[in-house]
Amino acid sequence: MSNEAMAFQSCYHCGLEVPQQGDFSLVIQGIRRAMCCPGCAAVAATIFENGLQSFYTFRSAPSAQVVENSYSEAQENPYTDWDLEEVQSDYVSHTDQGLLSIRVYISNITCAACTWLIEQHLGKLPGIDRIAINGTTRRGEIIWAPNAISLSQILRAIKQIGYDARPLSHDSTQSSTTNESRKLLLRLGVAGLAMMQTGMVAIALYAGSFQGMQAEWQTLLRLISVLFVTPVVFYSAQPFFTSAWRSLKMGHLVMDVPVALAITLAYSASLWATLRGGGEVYFDSITMFSFFLLLGRFAEQRIRDKNLLLLNRGTELPPVVTQVFPADRVQVAKADKQVPIKSLSVGDFIRVDAGQIIPCDGLIEEGTSQISEALLTGEPQPQSKQAGQSVYGGTVNGANPLLIKVSAIGEASCLASIVKLAERAALDKPQWAMVADRLAGYFIALLLLIAGVVATYWWLHEPQRALWITLSVLVVTCPCALSLATPTALTVASNILRARGFLINRMHVLETLASVDQVVFDKTGTLTEGKLKLVSVAASLTATEISEQQMVAWAGLLERGSQHPIAIALLNHPGLDLASAITEQDFIIGSGVSGKIGTEIFYFGRPDWVRDIAGLCDMPDMSGICSGEAQTKSKDQAKNQAKNQAKSQSIDVALARNGEWLATLSFSDQLRPTAIEAVNQLRQRGLKVSLLSGDPSPGAAQILKPLELNDCQLSLQPQQKLTAVRDLQQRGTKVLMVGDGINDVPVLQAADVSVALGQASDLSQIHADVTLLSGDLRALPEAIATATQTRRIIKQNIIWAIAYNLVALPLAAAGYVPPWAAAIGMSASSLLVMLNALRLTRGAKRSGWMAANGTPVMESL
Amino acid sequence: MESLYLLIPISVIFIVIAIRLFFWAVNSGQYDDLDSEGERILFDRASSEDELEQLETLDKKEQLDKPQ
Repeated sequence: MSNEAMAFQSCYHCGLEVPQQGDFSLVIQGIRRAMCCPGCAAVAATIFENGLQSFYTFRSAPSAQVVENSYSEAQENPYTDWDLEEVQSDYVSHTDQGLLSIRVYISNITCAACTWLIEQHLGKLPGIDRIAINGTTRRGEIIWAPNAISLSQILRAIKQIGYDARPLSHDSTQSSTTNESRKLLLRLGVAGLAMMQTGMVAIALYAGSFQGMQAEWQTLLRLISVLFVTPVVFYSAQPFFTSAWRSLKMGHLVMDVPVALAITLAYSASLWATLRGGGEVYFDSITMFSFFLLLGRFAEQRIRDKNLLLLNRGTELPPVVTQVFPADRVQVAKADKQVPIKSLSVGDFIRVDAGQIIPCDGLIEEGTSQISEALLTGEPQPQSKQAGQSVYGGTVNGANPLLIKVSAIGEASCLASIVKLAERAALDKPQWAMVADRLAGYFIALLLLIAGVVATYWWLHEPQRALWITLSVLVVTCPCALSLATPTALTVASNILRARGFLINRMHVLETLASVDQVVFDKTGTLTEGKLKLVSVAASLTATEISEQQMVAWAGLLERGSQHPIAIALLNHPGLDLASAITEQDFIIGSGVSGKIGTEIFYFGRPDWVRDIAGLCDMPDMSGICSGEAQTKSKDQAKNQAKNQAKSQSIDVALARNGEWLATLSFSDQLRPTAIEAVNQLRQRGLKVSLLSGDPSPGAAQILKPLELNDCQLSLQPQQKLTAVRDLQQRGTKVLMVGDGINDVPVLQAADVSVALGQASDLSQIHADVTLLSGDLRALPEAIATATQTRRIIKQNIIWAIAYNLVALPLAAAGYVPPWAAAIGMSASSLLVMLNALRLTRGAKRSGWMAANGTPVMESL
Repeated sequence: MESLYLLIPISVIFIVIAIRLFFWAVNSGQYDDLDSEGERILFDRASSEDELEQLETLDKKEQLDKPQ
């Protein structure tokens, strides 16, 4: 294969590596664009057809991979259930003009260009009145005219350009977070405007105190300042007072205590000075102080909100379900009725067809099927389940229709309770903040003690100066820069990483990531793609004249409509021709499938099953036949060897026609395209890379061989994985764990930093500290580099803030710091801290990220 | 110097108006998405010439569609 020699080629749409077999490339405007899968190709074609190609020029992050391609106009619309009125009632609201409006969560939004693309694409549809998408929260509101377009058409239009919209029900979490952040922004804005005004007035006052000024004008200017400062103290600074009060009631000290104290003292003393005439005023310091602190708080809140909103993604469950009425069980088909899920209650019976998502927890009453629990466990291999076993909401019924007795719905279901747990965990205060808070507690206690000592000293010696000097001490030592030091740097760094698809869910990540010594991968779906691919077709001796294409087409036809991984692998095989019709298709769980194509009966399944059912003699050794006799003459030795190697790690499925063996199709999991590069880069950084896998097959080790891992342990139970990680940690190693399923959760939580891949289930993404949205493992070493740099900057900031305090404190205590100097010193040090944090973005640009992930590189291919 | 008695109240009025405007803007959701709004203006003006042409034909079509 000449492709093997070729360098890494990225998909024009999603930026992932283009697979070596198959060609999905599209010729657009005369240029051939590489595509990794039919889904990406279809999406790119739709985008170009609609004249929206500037999306590719402007986007700043690659799009998500699309994979499936089943949403074109010609095919049945999968969203039609959303058109039912009883389903819409929970999601849709009516506007005054007789239009409908709905809020949706849109997954896969990676940058601002995505929101533009969706708005442009939808805006062209007839009947869309208004559409507004917020790229930060990935939420949008759509208003449409129900007589011109249906909701299902809108949802499908979004799917056609590669995004996935899920309607959001009317709930309050979203609106309360929005309200909180709006309120904080308002406080910040008021403080900012007031800061500018009092600053302006303060310049006049300072000039006056140098050059002399009539008392009349001084009083006027001070009164004007009072006018601006009062709303800052009573409105903008309110969060500091409430939090200080709360912490005092709970008996510990936080940063807000001296902040509140300084604001109160400065405000009341300045007010007193204004009314009495004489003394000093600190109005400009108060506003600046509040503004900078609010700015830090605003930055922090924005990250927290973003993470919280990313968690609440709406439901993945289907909106309606077929209810079966037990009294009429004899004639199940007639009694079936489509009902919205919310109208079900425990004890009802429902039918779930093959390929459908099971909407609630329940017990299987009738039927046997393969159930994919990937959403819960991240394990792509389906589980065989039969009557009497329980199934969980969110899992997918793979093979046969099932009759299920509902045991828990909605809030009570397994899925909902795990989501709730995870949401609570996300709200927990990040670890670093707790440590910083404890340190700050001591620091503040010390500050207050010093301020007290200074006040007493001056009270005994020069009572008329005592108040002003104490104030000056409080203002000068205010931990403003200190409290900005960490959040600014963390905000900048997490924004940079987000552009790379590295979403940080917990704030401690950046701090811990820098000290990680070992990266531990969980095999399934992390280093490998976690899905099967057809790697070879070995024709039997009697069937060598039949083309490989034809064999695959037969197998694909037999597997049509199944959700089994092998079926999916076949249906995704490039160039598959499914034109013929198949009849009498019969799936036998755990064995295979048979069916009639034309007049001939075909079998596709486990070799021994095919032998028995088709009444064949033992299967001839096909690999021997093909490579040994038929092929060695023509093909080179190397390929042969590669083929044999591939065999040892693959799943073989036999294809037979009537009474004759046709071929053996081999499927195997593939190494993720970016894995080798990522592992090499990690090792260059001096990290150990190892693997703890639950996979028992020796094939796993084979697939992973090119990675040259430091340590590779197979067939481990979750408990053993946990012990292994704990062992490493006891030896003082900091562990970064990359996993993708709920069964990894214990290990993910034990690890110092955990990363879930974007293709993993929603649930494990929620549990992990980081979601790697792009699935591009090369983001790991880059994130570690950024984290190291961030930690350096935070350290610099903290050192600066403390050094400043150490110098300023004695000067202020000795009474050498006039109010203007205190104000300038405080704001200059805060500004310095923020500018230092911004240096991170420059570092990111220098290291060539923009070129590494942006379109320019792909354009040049 | 007496002009300050007039000028300062005028500036105060301006600030009050500015704050009112700011409150209106925030409460009507204009600051909810700080990341994508800034870039939006760049996308709306297509860069290459054929895109401009496409936009123009679209505009014409819209104008033709309107009277009906």
